[in-house]
Amino acid sequence: MDFSIFIQLLVYSTPVALAAMGEGIGQKGGVMNIGLEGTMLSAAFGGAVVAIATHSPALGLLAGTAVGLAVTLVAAVFSITLASDQVVVGTAVNLGVLGITGTLFRNQFGQSGKLISIPSLPELYGIDAVIPILLALAIALWFAVNRTTWGLALRAVGEYPKAAESSGFSITRLRYAGCAIAGILGGLGGAYLSIGVANSFAENMTGGRGFVAIAMVTFGRWKSVPILIASVLVGGLDVLQFRFQAMGLKVPFQLFVAMPYIVALAVLVIVGRGTAAPASLGKAHQESK
Amino acid sequence: MNPKFRLPFTVLALAASILLTFAIFRLPIRASSILLYEGAFADRVGMARTILKSCPLMLTGLGAAVAWRAGIYNIGGEGQFVFGAISGAWFAKLAVNLPPVVQLLGILFWCAVGGAIWAGVAGVLFVKRGVDVVISTILLNFVALQLLDWAVSGPLQELKHQLPQSDLLPASAMLPKLNRQLDLHVGIFLAVAMCGVIFLVLKYTKFGFRMRLVGAAPLAARASGVAAGKVQLGALALSGALCGLAGGIEYCGVTGQIGQGFSQQWGFLGIPIALLANLNPLAIIPSALVGGALFAGSENLARFTNAGSTLVYVIQASVVLALVAADKRFRGRSEVSTA
Repeated sequence: MDFSIFIQLLVYSTPVALAAMGEGIGQKGGVMNIGLEGTMLSAAFGGAVVAIATHSPALGLLAGTAVGLAVTLVAAVFSITLASDQVVVGTAVNLGVLGITGTLFRNQFGQSGKLISIPSLPELYGIDAVIPILLALAIALWFAVNRTTWGLALRAVGEYPKAAESSGFSITRLRYAGCAIAGILGGLGGAYLSIGVANSFAENMTGGRGFVAIAMVTFGRWKSVPILIASVLVGGLDVLQFRFQAMGLKVPFQLFVAMPYIVALAVLVIVGRGTAAPASLGKAHQESK
Repeated sequence: MNPKFRLPFTVLALAASILLTFAIFRLPIRASSILLYEGAFADRVGMARTILKSCPLMLTGLGAAVAWRAGIYNIGGEGQFVFGAISGAWFAKLAVNLPPVVQLLGILFWCAVGGAIWAGVAGVLFVKRGVDVVISTILLNFVALQLLDWAVSGPLQELKHQLPQSDLLPASAMLPKLNRQLDLHVGIFLAVAMCGVIFLVLKYTKFGFRMRLVGAAPLAARASGVAAGKVQLGALALSGALCGLAGGIEYCGVTGQIGQGFSQQWGFLGIPIALLANLNPLAIIPSALVGGALFAGSENLARFTNAGSTLVYVIQASVVLALVAADKRFRGRSEVSTA
């Protein structure tokens, strides 16, 4: 069997997998970051710009992660501190990031956006440093959520905030922590998309991957390892597309482009919302004074 | 927020967002403001472009508002806009031999039906399987875009089979223009009329009342025996029909054909338009005109700088965030409204 298929599959699904695992943590705390698409797009752009300027893909990844974190924290101020509607905030963040990255990109690289080339990450047998980080994170996040007091408190905040609050935990602080992790992983995923996968940036290059990642959180039942597996399965569809094209099969390629979204939707239909969802997901909470 | 302050606050937020956006992108503020203003209002051509651009925004904004009033977050205006247009173009292809007026009305009708179907898919999945409408409508956007891509390079492609686009509609099957020199078409009257109709439906009909009830107080709706699922499904279909109609107006009024770049985010931009209007159907008229002016103005700006329509996204996003921060209405879904 050709082992390279598996590596390629992992590389292609890493952006969605990272973002989905992070979003899973945020949602465990009760915050749904619809702005994940914006987080990833801003990080993809920020990472690309820094990687090109410094000729260092590693610095690019770091910068992208920081940008993703910053964007997510801005959204968090609205959805947590100001208790604003999370869907409205997320939608505005996505729109804003699309505008900001688009404008900056056109300013720097010209109206139509000529192809830019980003230095690639060092690899060993086609595997770069982010892949082992991804696998380690899946385990670490599982441990943090299920085997630590912090994780218990986070889950309580997502299920029944008042209980967590009366046990002396700060809802606000825990939700910010969840959002920060979502921002860092979403940022790393976005930066990896431009630096590790595509080696370039294009306007709106995330093309809905953030939304697919949100769907993967439901698919993976809010658990980090199943989320990772779900993301690899769906991300693998991208790879399948190239393989089919190489084989010259007569299937409209649009079907393959649409496949991750169709599959994500199908999965949501099959699993439904169920009872695994944090009970307070998407609901703002005003901390009692 | 006190309703009295809402309008001044919105205007201030808008002005601040525009200036801030110029400042962030280091555009000369005075010169850019003048360019923006001139592009939108300076002469008849500018005014016409402002109104022209506001047509699809008015309908997609109205579509977003209807669903949101019923407590359904329809983020799929883009997909409904596109799928509506595909349905309309399909009809156009089959109806070439019909009289032009029938063609035009048929296209608009099927655009609305297509939009309603596409939104209805998300509605059925929500009511039957509990699939979050926010996620499903977003995912369906991407599916619709690929469907468009496939349709215009396959079954709906022009007879010459060169470019990925449909054949142009005959001029007689297009929405009549108001003036020979301007691009402005009668679609604006349709859009404004729809705002009025939806206002009346929401305010004076049983269905409208139920939509508002389900949106504002789901528990009360359930307690009084209103089938929330059915009402929300209806609201979503109506919302989709409006977004599809927006696609139809753009198709029969401006482009005359559909191609890969058919939707310029019109469906998505309906959301900030609706929020700026506080989800009020009548307030959507000025809100969409502001949106149209921003687009018309930014086109003028784009001729002198690299910054173009992308600036509008930033401006819209920051106004929405300012409103959301200031207005209680957009405080998050409260703790009890899980019905």
